[in-house]
Amino acid sequence: MAVKKSNTIKLKFDSARNLAPAPESKSAAKINERYDLFINGKFEKPSGKKYFATINPANEEKLADVAEANNADVNKAVTAARTAYEKVWKKTAPKERAKYIYRIARMIQERAREFAVIETLDGGKPIRESRDFDVPTAANHFFYYAGWADKLEYAFPNRNAQPLGVAGQIIPWNFPLLMAAWKIAPALATGNTVVLKPAETTPLTALKLAEIIREADLPPGVVNIITGAGETGAAIVNHPDINKIAFTGSTNVGKIIQRAIAGTNKKATLELGGKAANIIFDDAPLDQAVEGVINGIFFNQGHVCCAGSRLYVQESVYKTVVQKLKDRMETLIVGDPMDKNTDIGAINSKEQLETINKYLKIGQQEGAEMYQSACSVPRKGFYCRPTIFTNVAQSNRIAQEEIFGPVLTIQSFRTDDEVIEKANNTPFGLSAGVWTDKGSKIFNLTTKLRAGVIWANTYNKFDPVSPFGGYKESGYGREGGLHGLQAYINLV
Amino acid sequence: MATKTKPGIPKESINLNGNGHSNNGTEPKRLEVLKTYKIYIGGQFPRTESGRYYHATNGKGELLANVCLSSRKDFRDAVVAARAAFGGWSARAAFNRGQILYRIAEMLEGRKAQFIDELMKQDSTRAQAEAEVNLAIDRFIYYSGWCDKFQQIFSAVNPVASSHFNFSVPEPTGVVAAIAAQDSSLIGLVSVIAPIIAGGNSCVVLASNTKPLCAVTFAEVLNSSDLPGGVVNILTGKVAELVPFFADHMDVNATVYCGAEANMQQMIKEKSALNVKRVQIYDKVKWMSEEAQSPYFIMDLQEIKTTWHPIENIGGAKAGY
Repeated sequence: MAVKKSNTIKLKFDSARNLAPAPESKSAAKINERYDLFINGKFEKPSGKKYFATINPANEEKLADVAEANNADVNKAVTAARTAYEKVWKKTAPKERAKYIYRIARMIQERAREFAVIETLDGGKPIRESRDFDVPTAANHFFYYAGWADKLEYAFPNRNAQPLGVAGQIIPWNFPLLMAAWKIAPALATGNTVVLKPAETTPLTALKLAEIIREADLPPGVVNIITGAGETGAAIVNHPDINKIAFTGSTNVGKIIQRAIAGTNKKATLELGGKAANIIFDDAPLDQAVEGVINGIFFNQGHVCCAGSRLYVQESVYKTVVQKLKDRMETLIVGDPMDKNTDIGAINSKEQLETINKYLKIGQQEGAEMYQSACSVPRKGFYCRPTIFTNVAQSNRIAQEEIFGPVLTIQSFRTDDEVIEKANNTPFGLSAGVWTDKGSKIFNLTTKLRAGVIWANTYNKFDPVSPFGGYKESGYGREGGLHGLQAYINLV
Repeated sequence: MATKTKPGIPKESINLNGNGHSNNGTEPKRLEVLKTYKIYIGGQFPRTESGRYYHATNGKGELLANVCLSSRKDFRDAVVAARAAFGGWSARAAFNRGQILYRIAEMLEGRKAQFIDELMKQDSTRAQAEAEVNLAIDRFIYYSGWCDKFQQIFSAVNPVASSHFNFSVPEPTGVVAAIAAQDSSLIGLVSVIAPIIAGGNSCVVLASNTKPLCAVTFAEVLNSSDLPGGVVNILTGKVAELVPFFADHMDVNATVYCGAEANMQQMIKEKSALNVKRVQIYDKVKWMSEEAQSPYFIMDLQEIKTTWHPIENIGGAKAGY
């Protein structure tokens, strides 16, 4: 076979120097054998007496048994939240509310390493990401919103912000602790009480958060955390005494929720799927752009609703960019999420791995060319090598549907107008990326891309002060920042 | 001017206006030219493609006009027009949008008498009619002023912890399908259209079924106001027939319903889930009151876009906002 010539330098770290394993210690984390439901300030056994296992997707070993909440448990949790709202939280002085939330932020910081380790064990994300991103950002989110509690009269000119009541919150498995923070912090700051359900594959850090909430002496019932699968979520959505649904997850489930609450006065914010365009112009600093593309699609194994999963490269630099991408992909270390050198950890669940593999097949059947890095993956556990597809048509399913894995489609374009058209040609509108050296071009693109978050010459950046949320079928409402308050208040 | 009756069959005995033009002298009577009330799509005034009509009457059941009974196809044509107009309208300078809304108020002012006349035909007293028209004009002036200001009130520069410039601004949601208040002819319609277009959206609006006259005349105002065709499209017809299409059209981004019917609200919300439309229900707004206008009506049909860009970081000094 002829050797392919490449003008870029191969960055094969693993052949040059094999990295010794650098595992994070598990000793920081204490995981109980069994977790009950956190209702009204206490851990209570599920009334159906059912438990389900949560496993470590990196090696398929069981971590703990977790309670499954049925309708009766949901009802108990909502009742606790309602009572806490009417009797305590609504009457608590805003500045005191703030201090509770500050406490939670501080306690997360104190136990940060424990949270990071458990997050990685339960969800499969690299320890480097949970340690440096998920956990600190979650703590910061509480810290940021704590300060809003007694300043709401400044947030909405000429209006008075009133809490909604009881918020039912359903969060996904890709950023378990961080999503809990995104949901709970603004709800508490605005004076609401909460019933939160973490995803069934990643319940542990939310339950650890429940421990903190108890330690922080938050009045019983202000935050209730109950575990279970889709049925538990449905029971929350359909409970008549809930005033607000906050959901992060798939567009399909988001639509079901929108329908389910149609006959009620429940408010909703939906943070749903995405299929973000990441656009490289020929004048972009290509090495930086390639780093951004790698981060955009392989961060958290691609389990990111705003992942830059559709790459558009201007024709004149297309070949160079694809080659650079392939070279960079070869350096990515896929493996044990607990290893500090790991770039891409475990796929969150067997089901998700099957979904991803299904799309890999579909992509090839549709005629796209698949390329995967040559790295080895552990035998046990759920893993997917970083994957790119070239020769992709705009109408291909892999370019239209959210895969939620480390899978990137690449297409070329010639003109600005063409790429704007292609980028916007999707029902989604969560995020987008633009790479160019030209300021005026950046703003031409950022104003015309129909998406809620636009990263220019960067990607996948998050901050508690920065509002996040989608256009079109990526949902409605914002989380984070001043605009995130709106999701939990009535203006009178 | 004789009161309008069924076209072609003047009833000389009816003269609600009492303006002295009835045929009681020797002067030969001049036959009044009656207006055909049509719908407004893409800056043009077609009849409904369906060829259907219904009778608009006053409270006594007297015929005022044959009005278009718009069809699903009319609505779909209107959405195509609204989508085509959206890009250009949303890209207009905010200042320019403000001028055009002001121009609408100017045109409305000039046609005051016609609107008062129509409102009176539709059972308003003269005082009520004058108040409604005056408020409609003032409401456009009010929203004209907001066109280039609400963004400043509701934007933010976000002080992120990393070296990035990060800002959030409102942007229009897109194509809005609105069912205007059914109990008024003009003020309900105007109050729902003004914030939609002030925010850069385009729209298809269903007028009051029982009081449709002012909506069509208002379309004529829009048509002479420098408002690009397609930004506002106005249909007349049956609410119950058209609402399902308003709510489940895949190229509509938001639905607005100004009504209190619970079944209708539920159906709109359910169908809107098909493509995750934003739904705004205004069932308690008193359109003649001060509370019926605020920049929050504009914000109800806006998205927040957040943009990030790195800040160069040379010599270790971290820059930020």
